Amino acid sequence: MTSTLGKPPREIEIVGNLSNLPASARGPRNLVWWGNIGFMLIEGTGFALAAAAYLYLMTQSSEWPAGGAQPPGLFWSGLFTAGMLLSQLPNLWVLRCARNKNVAGTRIGTLAMSVIPLLLMAARAMEFRHLGVAWYDSAYGSAVWLLLVLHTTHLITEWGETVVIGTWLLTHEVGDDQFADVEDNSNYWTFVVLCWLPVYALVYWAPRAA
Amino acid sequence: MTPDPARMDALDATWKDKPGLWGFLTTVDHKRIAARYIVTALLLMFLAGVLALDMRWQLSVAENTRMGPQLYNESFSLHGSTMLFLVSVPVMEAMALWLVPLMLGTRNMAFPRLSAFSYWLYLGGVLTLWIAHALDITPDLGWFEYPPLSGPSYSPGHRADIWAQMITFTEVAALAASVNVAATILKMRPPGMTLARMPVFLWAMLIASLMTILSMPAIMLVTSMLISDRLVSTHFFAPAAGGDVLLFQHLFWFFGHPEVYIIFIPATGFVSSIVETFSRRPLFGHNVLVLAILAIAALAFGLWVHHMFAVGLPRLGNDFYTGASMAIALPAGLQIFCWIASIWSGRVVLHTPMLWIIGFLATFVIGGLSGVMTASASLDLQLTDTYFVVAHFHYVLVGGAMFPLFGAFCYWYPKATGRLMSERWGRVAFALIVGGFNLGFFPMHVLGLMGMPRRVYTYPAEMGWEWLNQVATAGSVIAVLGGLVFVGNALASYWRGAPSGPDPWGGSTLEWACPSPPPAWNFAYTPRVSSLTPMWEDASRIAVFDGIAVDRREVLVTSVTDAVPVYRQKSASPSIWPLVAAAAVSAMFIASIFTPWAIAAGLLPIGAALTGWFWPTRARATSGPLRARS
Repeated sequence: MTSTLGKPPREIEIVGNLSNLPASARGPRNLVWWGNIGFMLIEGTGFALAAAAYLYLMTQSSEWPAGGAQPPGLFWSGLFTAGMLLSQLPNLWVLRCARNKNVAGTRIGTLAMSVIPLLLMAARAMEFRHLGVAWYDSAYGSAVWLLLVLHTTHLITEWGETVVIGTWLLTHEVGDDQFADVEDNSNYWTFVVLCWLPVYALVYWAPRAA
Repeated sequence: MTPDPARMDALDATWKDKPGLWGFLTTVDHKRIAARYIVTALLLMFLAGVLALDMRWQLSVAENTRMGPQLYNESFSLHGSTMLFLVSVPVMEAMALWLVPLMLGTRNMAFPRLSAFSYWLYLGGVLTLWIAHALDITPDLGWFEYPPLSGPSYSPGHRADIWAQMITFTEVAALAASVNVAATILKMRPPGMTLARMPVFLWAMLIASLMTILSMPAIMLVTSMLISDRLVSTHFFAPAAGGDVLLFQHLFWFFGHPEVYIIFIPATGFVSSIVETFSRRPLFGHNVLVLAILAIAALAFGLWVHHMFAVGLPRLGNDFYTGASMAIALPAGLQIFCWIASIWSGRVVLHTPMLWIIGFLATFVIGGLSGVMTASASLDLQLTDTYFVVAHFHYVLVGGAMFPLFGAFCYWYPKATGRLMSERWGRVAFALIVGGFNLGFFPMHVLGLMGMPRRVYTYPAEMGWEWLNQVATAGSVIAVLGGLVFVGNALASYWRGAPSGPDPWGGSTLEWACPSPPPAWNFAYTPRVSSLTPMWEDASRIAVFDGIAVDRREVLVTSVTDAVPVYRQKSASPSIWPLVAAAAVSAMFIASIFTPWAIAAGLLPIGAALTGWFWPTRARATSGPLRARS
């Protein structure tokens, strides 16, 4: 090989044409799907580490709940958890509508998924009231509030995203890219539900098992 | 045939930014964004270097009075925080943002607006730390601010908050860049570039991005916990209320140790590219190099406790982490041998970039060996918090990451500017920096063994540390002079350097196929790849595909393992929304130092900015309850 200093760009030889490729794709074939996975990985790691912090503090404490606090109440949290699991029914239905490119179903389903989190947030508000500990009472209280605040943030941001997508779906023409967006959003809701289950076990059952 | 001028004009019309300030603020061109990332980071490196010189001045004479303890504390805290959070990690991401699309033969990153958002948020972190410094609210507790010292009882005021929130800025920016880099490398490789044919550089950037994604949430979490202890009276790190100060250290180093490799692994990508080109042969042991990087990445998550040997953990834990820390020397050693074998069996050309690699190999091996020493828990107990550790981490970070970075800068400078840097002044800068660095930092090993603790603002004359400190100071001055020569050479060459043409070094990878400097659209056609060294396949021509649009922003998306073309993806156009979103997030971060309500209040503007960002451009609905009615 010799130095190519000062040489003009190389000749090009056209060996094929890509213009017949489709202009969109869904699922793991879609670029945005991978971005979505990246952000799930970040948030999932955040939850895992917050859970690790909770467990670490638990192992350092002689009593859990610490400071004579009562374990968090089971009624509202049970209702919330059941609601999260049930919300998967409409969520998976929207997912199917988006995959089948069913415009009416996708619009109605996304609208429903914009309302359902509001009901869940009402239950979440009651959960906060029945935790039996404030964040400033002890490290135990701080850890419980940390997990619940993180998950509530998750809930609010995902709700906001669904409202924006829903508004857009109703006011504009829906194309393949929008179906892919709805699919990603639906996968995200599943992720929010899945994140909740270990957090629920930690916040509500670890103090009872300890 | 070469691309015809009409096609290039059409591509220009599609991809060029608007002129002037509006174009500057709205650009989503990965090269412009990366360039401002790199310039900002280099400017900060200069400021951190000035701080270092000032500290060396203070330490050059026993019982010197240039600095008092508070100013010294602020100086090393600002130096360390700037170098780790605002220079080393961001500059590596910036190199990825600049190079990854070029090396993939594509026209932009996967998420162009996310690149812009990442830079603006990073700039927010830079301004937070340095404007606070101008206002005399400089963090003063080192680059890791351990509680209880950083807790509400011992650190009133906002110095610790500024440090903690600066981290939130830079980590969100780093996470955004990492998702972008990973998605681009996984889904936008040119046809034929299967995972098995992916250059080591791209592997390094992919793995460093995944490490960032898995480690940076730890630092964001722990600094948020620290802020909430300080602001809303949580007790994560307050032992009296059941908290634990070691929890901070565990979470900090769960991030902090991988971070060292997040800085080092991209550097191994630079080294691999430069060694291949200047040895005039495909890299020896490509698969070994890739597997070694993967092994380093995996092991890096299992060593954080070696930063905590002195805190009194169980003996078995110390033994495990000693073993794990020593084990990482094996893949690092394999890499070194692969590079040496490539050089040994190649036809080496010693241009300036390659000189930096020689400097890297020598310096990094010394740092690696002192690392094996400090990996031993028993020896570490003697050496921790002495100048031996200062010497060690400067050898691995400056020798292991900055020297390859300087080499990379010289190597890709002609691609970025279309001009060559002066070889003569490049050699002068190399000699001054590498010589000055070794003169400056080698004596610190000895000072550490003599017992000189780090983070002391002065020492009594009778300790006998003075002359070694003076040697160290002289070395630092020489290295900084070399840095000025380096920058001077880069600036002068920008205007006066000899034209480089597209491929001055005879490089092996695709970035050398596009013009220098690359136009806004990078490549007129999509290249096809059939080996690890696509530019060495056929010296006269490049096989390409036509069919990706020239009249609208479009990129090719391919499959993850085999890079089979899948579909044509619309690429985002310039937008002001990433800047607006970053400004809204910055306002929330800064205000949340003072009141927790800022988080609630900030949600609305951030949500509005993100909605503007992602709002698609399509016609109004003609069906459904909210359809457009004429």
